[in-house]
Amino acid sequence: MIVAKRKPFDEIKGMVKEKSSILLVGCGSCVSICHTGGEKEVAILASELRISSKSEGRGTEIDEVTILRQCEPEFVDGIKEKIEKVDLILSLACGVGVQTIAERYPAKLVYPALNTTGMAELEKPGEFREKCVGCGSCVLGDFAGICPLTCCSKGLLNGPCGGTKNGKCEVSPEIECGWQLIYERLKNQGKLNFLKVIQPAKNWSISHYGGARKLVIQEVQL
Amino acid sequence: MSEAFTSFEPQIVAFCCERCSYAAADLAGSMRLDYPPNLKIVLLPCAGKFEIIYMLKAFEAGADGGIVAGCLEGTCHYRTGNLQAAKRVARVKEILKELRIEEERVGMYFLSSAMGKEFAEIATEITERIKKLGPILKEEGK
Repeated sequence: MIVAKRKPFDEIKGMVKEKSSILLVGCGSCVSICHTGGEKEVAILASELRISSKSEGRGTEIDEVTILRQCEPEFVDGIKEKIEKVDLILSLACGVGVQTIAERYPAKLVYPALNTTGMAELEKPGEFREKCVGCGSCVLGDFAGICPLTCCSKGLLNGPCGGTKNGKCEVSPEIECGWQLIYERLKNQGKLNFLKVIQPAKNWSISHYGGARKLVIQEVQL
Repeated sequence: MSEAFTSFEPQIVAFCCERCSYAAADLAGSMRLDYPPNLKIVLLPCAGKFEIIYMLKAFEAGADGGIVAGCLEGTCHYRTGNLQAAKRVARVKEILKELRIEEERVGMYFLSSAMGKEFAEIATEITERIKKLGPILKEEGK
């Protein structure tokens, strides 16, 4: 899922300052699962803003709504009436959701309340670990299902580097060495010979660095 | 201290688990113990039912402070509801800090149903503490 972290309250407050009506829009998908932009979190931020507005003697009108998927225009269109009534929209979705609203309502001020941090796996309740950088040409089959681009701090395809010590990365003792994990798993699978293959230089032009990518599925197009 | 502050009677919401602190509050009454009437008790089936938004809504509605009271550690009838509640109270304190509101306005307590005397003491202590802090929305002159 896509994971995101809420921005500090002071930063959010700075965005909505001087506005008399605000709509907080949550997303019922990924950010609900990672507890940062779902219905509950929208209610908490709305309440914080109401208390703050009241304590500063401002009567800001704060409305809230959570839609199933903020990255789909159909769902965003469903809250058209609410959006049209307010001065500013504060989105608690990932960057995609924020842009979907901004594109549908170009005259409206749309601000993000979250910082989108990446694609992650739910490790245990309340903990999410990044697992994919969306490189555009998956190499997981060569590395026993462990992504070296994500799990190695340096993103090495021909690792490890000299900074691995006792299974930990030199970047931080909290970080596991991705290459140690790859080695251990390949060893268990009896496929250490995979590591003898020299991986060619990665084609980064099909990743984000080649510009915003577009996925087209012709058979479902109308 | 100004006259307005000395006459200030805070509104405090107490979210109490029915298995322990709610019964402790009941016991305090049966024991004829005095405690300030500022505490408004909300019955929860377990402290683990407490949600951050409950306390924020209480503040929005005009409460000046709030507590959550669950079973003694290791005695929660639903295993860890009291510990989960403590984590949520810690988050409420962080939120209050973000809002420049004193975090001492909220507290987490662990009680058994036999602790009527302690419940009365907690009620008195939190009421005194919040009286000293004054109303949350000072400019409204509550």
